[in-house]
Amino acid sequence: MAKKKLTVEEKRERKATIKKIFHYIGRHKFMLGLSLVCAAASALLALYLPVLIGDAVDFVVGPGKVDFAGLAKVFGKMAIVIGGVVLSQWLMNVCNNRITYKVVRDIRSEAFDKIMNLPLAYLDRHPSGEIVSRVIADVDQFSEGLLLGFSQFFTGVVTIVGTLVFMIRINVLVAIVVVCITPLSLFVAAYIAKSTHDLFIKQSKAKATQTAMIDEMVGNAKLVKAFSYEDEAVEEFHEANEALKKISLRAIFFSSTTNPSTRFINGLVYTSVALFGGFRAMKGLLTVGELTTLLSYANQYTKPFNEISGVITELQNALACASRIFSMMEEPSQIPDGQQATVLEHVTGQVSIEHVDFSYTPSQKLIEDLNLQVSPGQRVAIVGPTGCGKTTIINLLMRFYEINRGKIAVEGQDIAECTRKSLRSSYGMVLQETWLKNATVKENLTMGKPDATMEEIIEACKASHAHSFIKRLPQGYDTVLGEDGGSLSQGQKQLLCIARVMLCLPPMLILDEATSSIDTRTEIKIQKAFLAMMKGRTSFIVAHRLSTIREADIILVMKDGHIIEQGNHTELLSQGGFYSELYNSQFAGVH
Amino acid sequence: MKSLWKYFKNYKKECVLGPLFKLLEASFELIVPLVVARIVDIAIPSENSGYLIRMCLIMVLLGLVGLGCSLTAQYFSAKAAVGFAAGVKKALFSHVQSLPYQELDRLGTSTLITRLTADVNQMQSGVNMALRLFLRSPFIVFGAMIMAFTINVKAAITFVVVIPALSIVVYGIMLGTIPLYKKVQGKLDKVTGVTRSNLNGVRVIRAFCREETEQKEFAEANTGLTKMQIVVGRISALMNPLTYAIINAGLIWLIYKGAVQVDGGIITQGSLIALVNYMSQILVELVKLANLMILETKSLASAGRIEEVLLTQSSMEEGSVQAEHLIGSVCFDHVSLTYKGCQEEALSDIHFALEPGETLGIIGGTGCGKTSVVNLISRYYDVSKGAVLVDGKDVKEYTFASLREQIASVPQKAVLFSGSLRKNLLWGKSSATEEELLTALERAQAKEFVLAKEGGLDQEVAQGGKNYSGGQRQRLTIARALVKEAPILILDDSASALDYVTDANLRKSIHEMNPRPTTIIVSQRTASVMSADKILVLDDGKQVGIGTHEELLKNCEVYQEIYASQFKTEEEMR
Repeated sequence: MAKKKLTVEEKRERKATIKKIFHYIGRHKFMLGLSLVCAAASALLALYLPVLIGDAVDFVVGPGKVDFAGLAKVFGKMAIVIGGVVLSQWLMNVCNNRITYKVVRDIRSEAFDKIMNLPLAYLDRHPSGEIVSRVIADVDQFSEGLLLGFSQFFTGVVTIVGTLVFMIRINVLVAIVVVCITPLSLFVAAYIAKSTHDLFIKQSKAKATQTAMIDEMVGNAKLVKAFSYEDEAVEEFHEANEALKKISLRAIFFSSTTNPSTRFINGLVYTSVALFGGFRAMKGLLTVGELTTLLSYANQYTKPFNEISGVITELQNALACASRIFSMMEEPSQIPDGQQATVLEHVTGQVSIEHVDFSYTPSQKLIEDLNLQVSPGQRVAIVGPTGCGKTTIINLLMRFYEINRGKIAVEGQDIAECTRKSLRSSYGMVLQETWLKNATVKENLTMGKPDATMEEIIEACKASHAHSFIKRLPQGYDTVLGEDGGSLSQGQKQLLCIARVMLCLPPMLILDEATSSIDTRTEIKIQKAFLAMMKGRTSFIVAHRLSTIREADIILVMKDGHIIEQGNHTELLSQGGFYSELYNSQFAGVH
Repeated sequence: MKSLWKYFKNYKKECVLGPLFKLLEASFELIVPLVVARIVDIAIPSENSGYLIRMCLIMVLLGLVGLGCSLTAQYFSAKAAVGFAAGVKKALFSHVQSLPYQELDRLGTSTLITRLTADVNQMQSGVNMALRLFLRSPFIVFGAMIMAFTINVKAAITFVVVIPALSIVVYGIMLGTIPLYKKVQGKLDKVTGVTRSNLNGVRVIRAFCREETEQKEFAEANTGLTKMQIVVGRISALMNPLTYAIINAGLIWLIYKGAVQVDGGIITQGSLIALVNYMSQILVELVKLANLMILETKSLASAGRIEEVLLTQSSMEEGSVQAEHLIGSVCFDHVSLTYKGCQEEALSDIHFALEPGETLGIIGGTGCGKTSVVNLISRYYDVSKGAVLVDGKDVKEYTFASLREQIASVPQKAVLFSGSLRKNLLWGKSSATEEELLTALERAQAKEFVLAKEGGLDQEVAQGGKNYSGGQRQRLTIARALVKEAPILILDDSASALDYVTDANLRKSIHEMNPRPTTIIVSQRTASVMSADKILVLDDGKQVGIGTHEELLKNCEVYQEIYASQFKTEEEMR
């Protein structure tokens, strides 16, 4: 529990986060109210029980001096109290579970909806692992904190206050003694936590070093073998291992002193109650039964303190997690379609790009004053070295990103004024990184046309050379594909993606040609499928193949994110610019 | 677990002393109620304040000695656990390094990494907690019961009923919820899967305007998870109330029985209080014990998984001949290879011979067995039929290390290790001079960009070599292999990210090396293998052609197809 000093801003942020959490919890007002009532009831009733036990002990004074009638009455009361505690505890647990899990469900669902509406600019900037960990791990941690916080924080407080009140009512002096000594235990716990904090940081550093090493040497075990580097690797590992061992021993030992130390101090509290209570009892100011009650209070008084301090760290953690997930949920969504947004209809494939400026970051200019006129049925090849920003053009055509200046129009209509749905369904897109859902082949194929008949599906698959391998899958078209296509080869996945577009055949196409991950014979199949699809359609192709490039009506040559040349093959070659240089280095000597 | 016992060898003392001191502490804890009984029975009625103070001092003393004992116990447990884990980890790491490819494939690297990290950690905390608590908790539970019996048998019978009843509830709920928690985990995995899949496919989803369908699907998975969580939550919510009810019902019964005994003059009021105190001690320890059981079950599972790796035997027998100063001839004599667990042959009847200094190109589609061929030369796998000969001797006759010393290979995946570039290059030959390193870099077409970067040979390499581009990384891994100056050089599709010119220059500089190594180039590009002395054409694990470029163009259909797909013009392709 190393308490850090919070800046004003952090405090304000934390307050805002708490407010948002309450906004979610507030939807379950009845449950929340019931839970709080039950928590208070169970804590107070549980505290009353030691008093009753004390009363019972007082009825049992000595041989022949046992008041059985009195005992029976006390037993009756005890039974009622126990029943009350059991019922209220159970109700509280059930309520807390419901509130927590429902809040978590709401947050997750909203987060997911948000993801669906976030601009791609955000999603591209944040690795998917990070977002997944927010939606899954952070929300989980948050729910745990919330549940614990609910169950223990409130009951803890009620118990502490209740115990104090009960003790004072029985004996003020003993109560004061308890109140004075208990903080010691908290100080000790806090002191140990503080002094082991550094050790734990060192330990996790040593662990990280070792894990990184394991990742490298085991992940590349084959390479290690190829260079007969095994002995050196083991030697290096041994060093890291010894270092970790040393620091781990200290970290684990010092942190494990907390329990014995606090237990010792609790023992001191107990003894003091026995001592002072004993003196009072001798003077007849306290019955033996009351002493028993006080002793049992002394035993449990420190427990809620320790729990609460545990809960507070847990809650702080939960808050941090919550603020991470909220910060994602508060990112601005993509601009929604306007009220007057038109629906693109009867698209023939006429695209014009006029004076378009675009950049991912304002400081780094990328596309400046891009002009391009594409008539229906024309082919546009986008070429350039890897990483030159060819996908940027796709991003703009599909309106995955918004342009900074200028206008992109389809059939003369500004795409910023069309509904996204109608714009995007006018394009068929096949990207190099194939993406398939964890669902059946059929479901994957009908993504763009959910009402397609089986005949249509098979026809599309035949046209895209996918039918023959699908037929051979264990359940044919009903085979369930694993996450990301499962056991299909890269080429097969690509064919499926082509078939998917082939099925709805929109008037315009965006294609990304495969590079080296597919062998050339499969590539021929894909190429044929592409050709079949492109017939009579406006197509934009991120091209790697010479044949595609030479056949294109317009070639866009890109370098470092800029479009530096534009024209057809012969024009560009005669210009003797970057394209001819590229052409000569990549394909010269090929004929 | 049995085979892991030996890692406790150096910590025998700690393993005995840890639990022992823990027991001592527990026994002191059990004496406290007796002392309180004395206070009630003797000090208070006789108003003997001296006695009261003495008893309280005894309690403080018991606490102090207990504290000492328990700190000692914690130290010994921590030492034994950490030492044990470190020992296991080291043994595991060296064992993994010694496993041949076949076993590495079967176990999988991600599994091995988990074994070395998460599983070992789990075991460490399992050992630590076992040493601390495994004796202590049962000792207190049964100790409390026995102490109760020493006070009064009739009253103590309550314990005999309460302890099993509590155990049934605590363990019943825990055991009952474990499979349900697994289901919850399964549902959570599903939610995770949907989220990840949607993020990875966000472009496709938006292109097909599928946002709403996906949202619905997620909501479904999410609701399924919530329902399951609430069901499990409802069951575990019973734990606290039920145990509370049992222990307190027992308490009422105990007081009643005790009262009868007190009435008959058999025990005192103080003894009754002691009985009550013992009863309240057992619940805490039972819950602790139950949690410990769960932890230990997990640790045992981890131990089992670790053991499985440690007991994995190498499936290869090492030869005894030292391979030294080989001249580098390579011969495949009707070689077939079947991977373990596979029905079909990955390679069948591969047959060719290479003279020292010759270059072999291997070409074919993905998954046709190109890499399998080169893996046999370094004997990463054993052939199932035929033999691989290096310098006329079966590779099985050489020792692993000496054979691999004679082969420089560049794997498909270009991986560099974190550390300086120099350290990476020295992997090939630890005694290489500065000049040798620079020559290797130059031959690998990497010298220029290396020297252009700050630090030269001492520049830092990030983990995996991520601070270099794909092409640069490939050239550096080639340089690392060239440093070795081995008589056999294998390039496994390791120039795929290089442009044609650099690729050609690279091959030229290797060709000009003196002595020229026997070179094997695996590639998908015809251009990379065209100039080789021999080209091996593979199709689905079968050798469908061997010969020079010209020969193959004439008589090998698969080669013609591959060539055509890469070189023909658009008109011809249609």
